[in-house]
Amino acid sequence: MSIFTKYEPLARSLAAVTNGGGRNPFSVVIDHPVSSTVGVIEGRETLLFGTNNYLGLSQSEAAIDAAIDTLRTHGVGTTGSRIANGTQGLHRQLEERIAAFFRRRHCMVFSTGYQANLGMISALAGKDDYLLLDADSHASIYDGSRLSQAQVIRFRHNDPEDLHKRLRRLDGTPGAKLIVVEGIYSMMGDVVPMAEFAAVKRETGAWLLADEAHSVGVMGEHGRGVAEACGVEDDVDFVVGTFSKSLGTVGGYCVSDQDGLDLIRLCSRPYMFTASLPPDVIAATMAALSELEQQPELRHRLMDNARRLHAGLNAIGLRTGPQASPVVSVVLDEVAQAVQFWNRLLDLGVYVNLSLPPATPDQHPLLRTSVMATHDAAQIDQAIEIFATVAREIGAGH
Amino acid sequence: MSETVADVSALIIQTLLANPKVPRDISGSSKIVEDLAFDSLAVMNFVMEIEDSLDVSVPLDRLADIRTIDDLANCIVSLKQGD
Ligand SMILES: Cc1ncc(COP(=O)(O)O)c(C=O)c1O
Repeated sequence: MSIFTKYEPLARSLAAVTNGGGRNPFSVVIDHPVSSTVGVIEGRETLLFGTNNYLGLSQSEAAIDAAIDTLRTHGVGTTGSRIANGTQGLHRQLEERIAAFFRRRHCMVFSTGYQANLGMISALAGKDDYLLLDADSHASIYDGSRLSQAQVIRFRHNDPEDLHKRLRRLDGTPGAKLIVVEGIYSMMGDVVPMAEFAAVKRETGAWLLADEAHSVGVMGEHGRGVAEACGVEDDVDFVVGTFSKSLGTVGGYCVSDQDGLDLIRLCSRPYMFTASLPPDVIAATMAALSELEQQPELRHRLMDNARRLHAGLNAIGLRTGPQASPVVSVVLDEVAQAVQFWNRLLDLGVYVNLSLPPATPDQHPLLRTSVMATHDAAQIDQAIEIFATVAREIGAGH
Repeated sequence: MSETVADVSALIIQTLLANPKVPRDISGSSKIVEDLAFDSLAVMNFVMEIEDSLDVSVPLDRLADIRTIDDLANCIVSLKQGD
C-alpha cells in the first residue's frame, strides 16, 4: 500500500475534471503579465478576470521603482524570524504605516495573510476559550482554529441571529469568546452585515476579529474595509488583512488598539517560526499603500466596473450572487458543465477561476469572476460577450 | 428535556433520511463518512441541523472523534448534561 493510497478518491475527482481533454484548472500557467488586466496564457493574450489584484497595483510603477531602489540598498532577503534577526527598520516602518492607515495603535506584520489568520487566531484563542466561526470561513481561519486549543463553534453564514443563539448557549461558561468574520467573502463576493455582528458582540461581551482580506482598498470611504463602510470600526477588536490582493504584493497583518498585541509576538508560532518579509516587498507595499490612499478614484472605478460586470452577466441570463461586488461568481448546477464552461472561456481568451465543491458554498460549482479598477469598459463588455457565446454553446443559463 | 442516546440517535437518523441521497438502511452503527459518503463539509452542515433541533452546539474538535451515528448521539447527550 502506497503512502498516496488515501488520495485515490482525489485522483479520481481530478481525472473526472480533465477527462474529455479539458485542462487541469489547478495548473494554469500565466506565462507572463502584459499589464494588470492582460496575461499571456497558452501563448495567447488573455483577459484576466480571475485575480485578486482589485486595484491593479501589482503592476504599479511607483511600487516597482520602490522595490528596485530598496533591493539595491537592502539586498534580497532577511534570512530570519521577526523575533530574532529578521526585523529591520523597514519592518517597523511598515507596521507604523499600516497602523496609521487604520488609525490603530498597533500592527503586527506576518509573511502572508494565511499566516496572519493562523497566527492571530491560534494565539488569541487559548485552551479554555471559544472560537465562533462563520460557516463559510476561509481555510486559513479554519486552520488557525485547529492550531488553537480552543473549542470551535460554527455559525450559519452571515447570520448574526444564529451567532447570537450559539453565544446564548455559552452563557455562564468561563473563557473568552472570539467571533471571526470576513469583510467580503471570496467565493461569492457577498458582504458581511458588520453592524449587526457588532451589535451581537456588544450585547454578549465577546471579542470580534474581522478578516478584511478582500475588502481593504475596496470598501469604506478611505478603503479601510467593511467595518469603516458600516461605521463600526470601534467594535472590531482585531482587523486581519493581506497585502496580496488590493495592494498587489505579498504579506499579512493584524491591527488593533489592544496593547496585548505585543505579547502575541512572543507566542504566535506562525509569526515566530518563519522568515520575515524581504525588504523590496515592504518597499513596494508601502508605495502601493500610498497609491491606495491618494487615489480614491481607483475604488470608485472598481465599484463601477463591478456593477457593469454584475449587470452584464445577469442580463445574459446567468445566475450570480445578489450584490455587485468586485467578485461576481456565476453559479452553475453541474460540475461537468462548469468545467466545460471554464475551458471554453479560456479557449476564447477570458481567464476566470473555476471553483468546485466542497470549496464552494452550497455544493454548487462556480465560475469565480473578479474585476479590477484597471479594466476598461470595452474589456468588461468583451468578457460578457464571450460568456454569452459560451452559455449559448453549452446551453447554460436561461 | 433529558433525551437518551437512543432518542438522539433516532432523531439523527430521521434528519438524515430527509436527504434523498442517504442510503435507506442506516442505523446507529452506520459510519458517517464511510457509509453515508459525506465529505467534511457535509458532516459539519448536517451537524448544524441537529444542533438546531436539539439546542446544543457541538464544538468542531469533538467531531474529530466521532465515527458513527451513535458516537454523535453519545457526544450530544454528554454535552447536554453539561459535560
Ligand atoms: C479571506 C482570506 N483570508 C486570508 C487569505 C490569505 O491571504 P494570503 O494570500 O496573503 O496568504 C485569503 C486569500 O487567499 C483570503 O481569501
